[in-house]
Amino acid sequence: MKELVVISGKGGTGKTSIVAAFAALAKNKVLCDADVDAADLHLIMDPKDSQHHDFQGGNRAIIDHDKCTECGLCIDLCRWDAINDHFEIDSIECEGCGVCVYFCPEEAIDFPIKTCGEWFISDTRFGPMVHARLGVAEANSGKLVTLVRQEAKNLSEEKGLDLILTDGPPGIGCPVIASIGGANAVLIVTEPTVSGEHDMDRVAQLAAHFRVPALVCVNKFDLNPDKTRDIEKYTREKNLTFLGQIPFDPIFTWAMVQGKTIVEFDSHSEGCKAVYELWGNISQILKI
Amino acid sequence: MIISIASGKGGTGKTTVATNLALSIDTDVQLLDCDVEEPNAHLFIHPIFEKIETITTPVPVVDEEKCNLCKKCSEICQFKAIMVIGETVLTFHELCHSCGGCMEVCPEGAITETGRELGIIERGHRNGLEFIHGRLRVGEAMSPPLIKKVRSFTRPDRLTIIDAPPGTSCPVIAAMKDVDFILLVTEPTPFGLNDLKLAVGAVNILKIPCGLVINRSDIGDENVKEYATKEDLPVLMEIPFDRQIAETYSRGEALVEVMSEWKEKFLELYHRIEEIVR
Repeated sequence: MKELVVISGKGGTGKTSIVAAFAALAKNKVLCDADVDAADLHLIMDPKDSQHHDFQGGNRAIIDHDKCTECGLCIDLCRWDAINDHFEIDSIECEGCGVCVYFCPEEAIDFPIKTCGEWFISDTRFGPMVHARLGVAEANSGKLVTLVRQEAKNLSEEKGLDLILTDGPPGIGCPVIASIGGANAVLIVTEPTVSGEHDMDRVAQLAAHFRVPALVCVNKFDLNPDKTRDIEKYTREKNLTFLGQIPFDPIFTWAMVQGKTIVEFDSHSEGCKAVYELWGNISQILKI
Repeated sequence: MIISIASGKGGTGKTTVATNLALSIDTDVQLLDCDVEEPNAHLFIHPIFEKIETITTPVPVVDEEKCNLCKKCSEICQFKAIMVIGETVLTFHELCHSCGGCMEVCPEGAITETGRELGIIERGHRNGLEFIHGRLRVGEAMSPPLIKKVRSFTRPDRLTIIDAPPGTSCPVIAAMKDVDFILLVTEPTPFGLNDLKLAVGAVNILKIPCGLVINRSDIGDENVKEYATKEDLPVLMEIPFDRQIAETYSRGEALVEVMSEWKEKFLELYHRIEEIVR
């Protein structure tokens, strides 16, 4: 079983549209949406018959005002300034560290487990899919990403599928770290802009840090061909695999508006031909 | 006044709006790039950096001589960052959230703190514009403490513009909490709308007034505008898709400095925000 995780550093470079197109081309796979913070893959995949599960991400402290003597110890100990002078805990600031709970002399602070999201196993027209939704303003996205990837792995073993195709989050922080560890390869989708180049460099360093081989493709390459060449040169210097490039093509937006992959929308378009070629290269590299 | 520029979905144009807004206003402005995972605003502002500092977060160090292996530290730790295994105490600094619980609970006073590097903060200026950004260390998972540190440089006597990270979870909240206005940048596509709804959910939790900028406003469909009308969200600016704008961006040039007609439009955006906040 192989896992390919599509990431980008910079947001909005086309990760999800490309994963959706790969979903239409790849055989025997599980789809996994690890962008739990702002998940979009389901908008194209149209998941059905979902099994729903709650995600319990951690605990949150709540003060019982009947027991509280307002001694102030919790306020002194809290490093997040989450407790105000009225001994109310700001649930957004609370880190769930439990220090106030442990030290409260009156045992006046409860520490219930909090449901902070949900995850699903669904059927799609391209095969099974594991996806999730982190509650708005919640923490612990890394933990939910780890859970979703583990469920995708279990599902692939159970059903004898050879590939997990994972749509990753933007950035280089907690959810991205949780998305790439142990993957066979990451595909970094970038764009030929100063920010695309800058962010690709950082996320490529992250992949190297966790020893995951990185493949790079440039989306909308014709917006700035010089920058595309700079990126290609960079990949050679860093011993990354330059996988190919996709032209700017409005069919990505048109297909999305209709809830289709670009392969279904117009398989003869320039954008789609480029994606076919990318997928061919990936299949060879991953031996799938 | 503090204005935070956020989006839900990545790549909708937060940095374009934040940098061009900052460059269009003539009064004292500071721009804080709080997208510390992938900071990009400096690529368009081209600031001269004068100060650079490394930011750390406290993590425990155990004095094995003093430790009596009572395990209280591992019991209090919610993040499995400190564990007693056999005759030794193991600390996992990358998992530590810096709550200080282990140090507080240790009856032998065997725990002190050292720093784990979160990243750096660079401060500088470009003409009258004060520029500050954080750069998360590659491999560091936790961005909110660095974002809060960047925000600690907010000066109440200035207009502060914050370039927030994408998403709707804790890093975004750290960049949007306690501001006067949130400007949500979106695009009129199904992904844009889906993530806009999530971002509006976050804004509603924080109870902060907000408005929209619709970027690439002539692609996609009408659903974002219908949603804005239904939810009573003011659309404060629309930026059409224009290859010249995209190419200007790709080279690291600010729109208002290449296509000067945009300066007026960004100034008007600022005045509309001022009116709402007042």
